[in-house]
Amino acid sequence: MHNEIILAGFGGQGVLLIGKLLAYAGMKEGHQVTWMPAYGPEMRGGTCNCTVVISDKPIGAPITNSPHGLIVLNLPSLDKFEAKVRPGGVIVINTTLVTRMPQRSDVIAVPLACNDIAQEAGAAKAANMVALGAFVGATGIVDVKLMDEVLVDSLQARPKLIPINQAAFKRGYEVGVKYAPAAAAR
Amino acid sequence: MAKKLMKGCEAIGEAAIKAGCRLFFGYPITPQNEIPEYMSARLPQVGGTFVQAESEVAAINMLYGAAGAGCRVMTSSSSPGISLMQEGISYIAGSELPVVIVNIMRGGPGLGGILPSQSDYFQATKGGGHGDYRCFVLAPSSVQEAADLMIDAFDLADKYRNPVLVLGDGLIGQMMEPVEFKSEIAPDDLPAKPWATTGCKERKPNIINSLYLAGEQLEQHNWHLNRKYESMKQDVRFELYNAEGGCDVLIVAYGTVARIAKTSIEDLKAKGIKAGIFRPITLYPFPGEALAKAAAGAKAGVLVSELSCGQMLEDVQFHLKDRGRISFYGRVGGMVMAPEELVDQVTKIAGA
Repeated sequence: MHNEIILAGFGGQGVLLIGKLLAYAGMKEGHQVTWMPAYGPEMRGGTCNCTVVISDKPIGAPITNSPHGLIVLNLPSLDKFEAKVRPGGVIVINTTLVTRMPQRSDVIAVPLACNDIAQEAGAAKAANMVALGAFVGATGIVDVKLMDEVLVDSLQARPKLIPINQAAFKRGYEVGVKYAPAAAAR
Repeated sequence: MAKKLMKGCEAIGEAAIKAGCRLFFGYPITPQNEIPEYMSARLPQVGGTFVQAESEVAAINMLYGAAGAGCRVMTSSSSPGISLMQEGISYIAGSELPVVIVNIMRGGPGLGGILPSQSDYFQATKGGGHGDYRCFVLAPSSVQEAADLMIDAFDLADKYRNPVLVLGDGLIGQMMEPVEFKSEIAPDDLPAKPWATTGCKERKPNIINSLYLAGEQLEQHNWHLNRKYESMKQDVRFELYNAEGGCDVLIVAYGTVARIAKTSIEDLKAKGIKAGIFRPITLYPFPGEALAKAAAGAKAGVLVSELSCGQMLEDVQFHLKDRGRISFYGRVGGMVMAPEELVDQVTKIAGA
């Protein structure tokens, strides 16, 4: 198993955080992991991304030009990374902010209104958790129970936020799993 | 101890503490700010001291003083900041003091940029400041190795009474990977430093200085230092990867580029090309003899790859007699090559 994932959005949407949670869960599952943030000039422009690699083998490059998966929370991120995704890859799209679908037909698009769903779950700020849930649901990249443990673990300092984030993740997951058969058949 | 997911910079900070370092003096600069940030929080918890100096020049001279007093001490910076420290590093080398300096390199010259680079290789390995001196230079390729080498760096600094430079880049500093700290030593358990200026009650004063006005004396001192640098060869380190029994092409790379090359090697396998990697872990002393041996087993040639216009390349050329067999591929300015770029280069050399 070897998976390269790019997570991208505006600064403040929490893409670095969900990338860390994904890497943390991968590590707990016994895999090799890397998490690499883009810390350069693009970050100064207000957009933000990170690359997570989860693998059974020691990881060489922690950055990628051809990810197996992509999570985009805003439109510039879809514009920037859509063409790079490997054929058959999963793209989770936050349709609250992304006004178009991928132009490619050889990828599995998982569109969902992350901010709206997060609002219903208790806080629009948890849109990142909705997207993470959808990605885990569609790809099964890490065990969902383990992912929940990691989520709880990471919010120990602010326990009030745990149920909201858990609910947001679950709502996303429920949408994501509907795409799991398509993702598995790729 | 369980593995923790940490940034390279944070792992470097924690490793220093595990090595018994309780003093950090530095000045902020991207992309290594997580080191001083981590140390500013952690050192007070373990009875240490963190000082944000007024400049890099001040910071390196604080190291000079603390090291002279026999304390394990470190600083960290990135390329332009390390340039500012060169005068102090020269004094520290001349006075034979053990310090650890971390350079998380960014693109230059001048202010350059903040993205990963390996363009301080010359500065790190050939002296850097004025005078005839060398730093011991270690180049980690992963977060775990950054932590391990950081602990070794303090021991090597003490062993040779010499500055040790840990040379990473923005990618090693900013990346998170699982890391495990295998050993820990308390400052009180460190070997004694009888040469240090710790107060001379009931003994002759120790003097720490780099001034030798008499030519005869300075010459003697220079040759003494030179013998010391020569003796560092006993601690030369490298990794030879996928090159057992020879290979088609040998990639010579260190740090970030070496790990990118590991991904390229997998893709090359699928094309029926066997590429090996020779990865210097000590950049000074440079593992030249081992490289020559490994390169002899490369059928089609040697590819040197760096995030510079070709700095380590000169050391490789020095150690390999047949220069016609050496190719070079570099990315600069903060751009990092994708594994596919090295696949293309190796494929060309292999003639496949």
